[in-house]
Amino acid sequence: MISPKLVEVGRHLNVNIITNSEIKTVDGEPGNFTVTLVNHPRYIDPVKCTGCGECARHCPVTAVNRYNKGLDDRRAAFIEYPQAVPLAFGIDTDTCIGCGLCENMCVAKAIQYDDTERESTITVGSIILASGSQGYDPSKLDFLGYGKSPNVVTSEEFERILSASGPYRGHLCRPLDREEPKKIAWLQCVGSRDTNKCGNGYCSSVCCMYAVKEAMIAKEHAHCDLDCAIFNMDIRTFGKDYEKYYLRAKDKDGVRFIKSRVHTVTEIPETGDLTVRFVNEAGEILEETFSMVVLSVGLQVPETSKLLAQQLGIELDQYSFVQTNPFTPVSTSREGVYTCGVFQGPKDIPGSITEASAAACAAGSDLSAARGTDTKVIVMPDQQDVAAETPRIGVFVCNCGINIGGVVNVPEVADYAATLPYVAYTDQNLFTCSQDTQDKIKEKIIEHKLNRVVVASCSPKTHEQMFMETLEACGLNRYLFEMANIRNQNSWIHSKTPAIATQKAKDLVRMAVARSATLKQLKEKVISVNKQALVIGGGVAGMNAALGLGKQGFHVALIEKNNTLGGFSRMLHHTIEGGDIQVYLNDLILEVTGHENIEVITAANVTDFSGYKGNFTTTVVFGPENEKRTIKHGIIIVATGAREYTPTEYCFNQDPRVMTQVQLGDVLEEKGAAELASVVMIQCVGSRNAENVNCSRICCQNAVKNALIIKKQNPETNVYVLYRDIRTYGLMEDFYKEARNLGVIFIRFDSDNPPQVVPGADGMQVFVKDHILQRNLEIEADLVVLSAGMVAEDTTDLCGIMKFNRNPEGYFIEAHVKLRPVDMPGDGIFLCGTAHGPKLITETISQAQAAASRATTFLSKSEIKLSAITAQVDTEHCVKCLTCVRSCPFSVPVFNTEKQVIEIDEAICHGCGICAGVCPRETIQLNYYENDQILCKIEALLAGGM
Amino acid sequence: MGSVHGKTSGSVMVVGAGIAGMQASLDLANSDYYVHLVDKLPTVGGMMARLDKTFPTNDCAM
Repeated sequence: MISPKLVEVGRHLNVNIITNSEIKTVDGEPGNFTVTLVNHPRYIDPVKCTGCGECARHCPVTAVNRYNKGLDDRRAAFIEYPQAVPLAFGIDTDTCIGCGLCENMCVAKAIQYDDTERESTITVGSIILASGSQGYDPSKLDFLGYGKSPNVVTSEEFERILSASGPYRGHLCRPLDREEPKKIAWLQCVGSRDTNKCGNGYCSSVCCMYAVKEAMIAKEHAHCDLDCAIFNMDIRTFGKDYEKYYLRAKDKDGVRFIKSRVHTVTEIPETGDLTVRFVNEAGEILEETFSMVVLSVGLQVPETSKLLAQQLGIELDQYSFVQTNPFTPVSTSREGVYTCGVFQGPKDIPGSITEASAAACAAGSDLSAARGTDTKVIVMPDQQDVAAETPRIGVFVCNCGINIGGVVNVPEVADYAATLPYVAYTDQNLFTCSQDTQDKIKEKIIEHKLNRVVVASCSPKTHEQMFMETLEACGLNRYLFEMANIRNQNSWIHSKTPAIATQKAKDLVRMAVARSATLKQLKEKVISVNKQALVIGGGVAGMNAALGLGKQGFHVALIEKNNTLGGFSRMLHHTIEGGDIQVYLNDLILEVTGHENIEVITAANVTDFSGYKGNFTTTVVFGPENEKRTIKHGIIIVATGAREYTPTEYCFNQDPRVMTQVQLGDVLEEKGAAELASVVMIQCVGSRNAENVNCSRICCQNAVKNALIIKKQNPETNVYVLYRDIRTYGLMEDFYKEARNLGVIFIRFDSDNPPQVVPGADGMQVFVKDHILQRNLEIEADLVVLSAGMVAEDTTDLCGIMKFNRNPEGYFIEAHVKLRPVDMPGDGIFLCGTAHGPKLITETISQAQAAASRATTFLSKSEIKLSAITAQVDTEHCVKCLTCVRSCPFSVPVFNTEKQVIEIDEAICHGCGICAGVCPRETIQLNYYENDQILCKIEALLAGGM
Repeated sequence: MGSVHGKTSGSVMVVGAGIAGMQASLDLANSDYYVHLVDKLPTVGGMMARLDKTFPTNDCAM
């Protein structure tokens, strides 16, 4: 999943990647910082290096492979991993013996032994700190046996063990004897939730989920019925749909979850197996033997990041995460410097990506006056029309150093290509991707009047765009290009049989040449972008999204169905950290309503909607008079929110002494806790049950927050929290600990045996079974407080009109849960706040800023060039069977009832080709992949005589 | 907000080229700012490039 991002960053004209470098000093002020960098030597010039790998193949020195966590070796000349960006090797001088072999072997002359440390200076307006985390090193915890028993590994090491590119090629093996384990134990909270032994009091937020994942994947890899056990204090699967994942592991895959913190791990010397000693919930001391133990290590801030913060004068918290405010989650203590990802606080990948976009929004807002002043633009010459010309194909065969040339007889392939139909020029290059070869290709295109180009080299995934740009740079349409992959799909896999590899290279080139002759010039549609935004929902999410856009200079229409702004936050008083929500909310409303770029429309409902990215039209009816208004806008941000679940359980609505946490918040705000003698809180009301499988994420911290308020106001009040798993993730763990220290009593109950509430004349009686005491308890209570979950606002009408997709719980579905957490599947539509899923106010703010950032990537452009690879319908021969309408995953083909034809709008077509594939009459063709453009390749292959 | 003394720069420095740093860089670069993406390692990618699969979809991390 990360590879396309690596390529995109690597190829982006306006991203300058500076590797092997650290920050020395930062001077100046927000908007105009001068940064001095220390550039450590790489010893291989990344501009000249083509990534062919000859240096590593000939390097005689073995070094520990940091990428595979030391579980295997690499050479002193190395690249971290095959997909690395920049795709350039480096020399590890700690192990290099300076033998000179790599320098002799490097055809690109990229080795530079005399490379030295340098300094460089850059000027920037804003700074974003995203220096991430490292796994906790468990060597200090000697009772776990890490570092002594080879079969005790960290979760990071286990990731590499499972990986196909890892030390054991993805075979599930234990390090000691490379035997497949029969039983694996995961020990949770190693380096997290532990102030005693490691000082990391916080919860790392991700370990429960990754342990569940590792157990599931290990079971998939195993040849036997692998037994997986996860030893945990609480299972914290609090994210969107994470509870379903946990239940799948537990109920379907048979992963065992044992509520215990392990006492010791002891190796059995004869077998290398490990005896795990632990106390179960009933207090019995047990021992169980496993073939392997995985330590679920927590996330922590590396020393280098602490140093960085010191150099920049950034305040860190007690655990060295960046100190932030609950209402400005990506701002650091230094103006103009922002943060995101795990340096901000422990979080998972979607959370990091969301926060990264939020930081981009904040950093960009400061500099909007200078937008576009430093960016580079490539101006392409006008395209020449070659449609009427006979194909004149140029074939460039790559040696890729000796990657291809060392196996395939490249001159022979080039000579062969010259004999193929329409081929007007052939050449072979040492590295076809190098900059000087691009210039050479341009020269030859002009000199030989070439109108089609074939490159026989590596993968189009990494190199096609670059070659297409080379064509454009000499006025040729980019779609007149074709690639043959004679490296990844040939020389690498047939390296032992050069004659066969050469023959296959000829076959691949013949196929590519045949297809090339059929390629057509395609015109990319250019659509204009309306620079106005529509934000739906005027709660904390919608208002922050609107502000994020307004500050970047875009006009926003913010529509809210109620008469006032504020949404669900109007019901809340304080964040768990003590931030005053009402003060924040009032300031926010003032800022939004006073902003020159934001127009607030209240009591508004959407009645009509049409259009596509860049060009939407929405009609709203608003105000007491039901006025009608049509808004034209380029993007949409959906922020319709959620509310507290109204319980049907535990006599709620029947007895005034039973209330929700939000109602308790009101009681504490108005009357305080002075009159309360005993309060019982019940968790997971309306969550983690048959009706709503998911965890509502916020209720545990809500209970802890209110319990703390009660205990601080009136230490005499008895507070009981009846829970299943306490999910005070991240830095909120400290508040859970504080609540326990102040005497709040936490009692775990089983979902099969929930508490009973019996209202009496004097008070309430609550019955619950305590697992530790193994006894039924009866608790007297003045108040029973239900930690009610969240439910999405009803958006049925809105979705009927705007065609947004929701999950069964009514939350909107994002484009990709991991990599595109605030994008909706439709282009130009974004999502934030509790409309996406339950979340805290702080998380809502960063997600709203993230949505604004994603929207800005659209709105900052005047026009968008669309891919020409879209589907076209031959309406004359179409029989209107509607198969395409039913098959398209993006609902693009529609039947126009007036014109009686199928229409595919190229502005919204994703070019996936499914409709072309399923059309029984073959009346749909996908540009660039038309039937004859594919069939001719097969014919060319068969023409070689197979 | 502009710079008090000098002119406002249209560039941003992102420190750390993991998934967060890359996303921040791409958003900014696609919003017409120039980005210097700095990392101490020889490659971008950070911790995510060292994972096997990712939850909750079990997609390959790479």
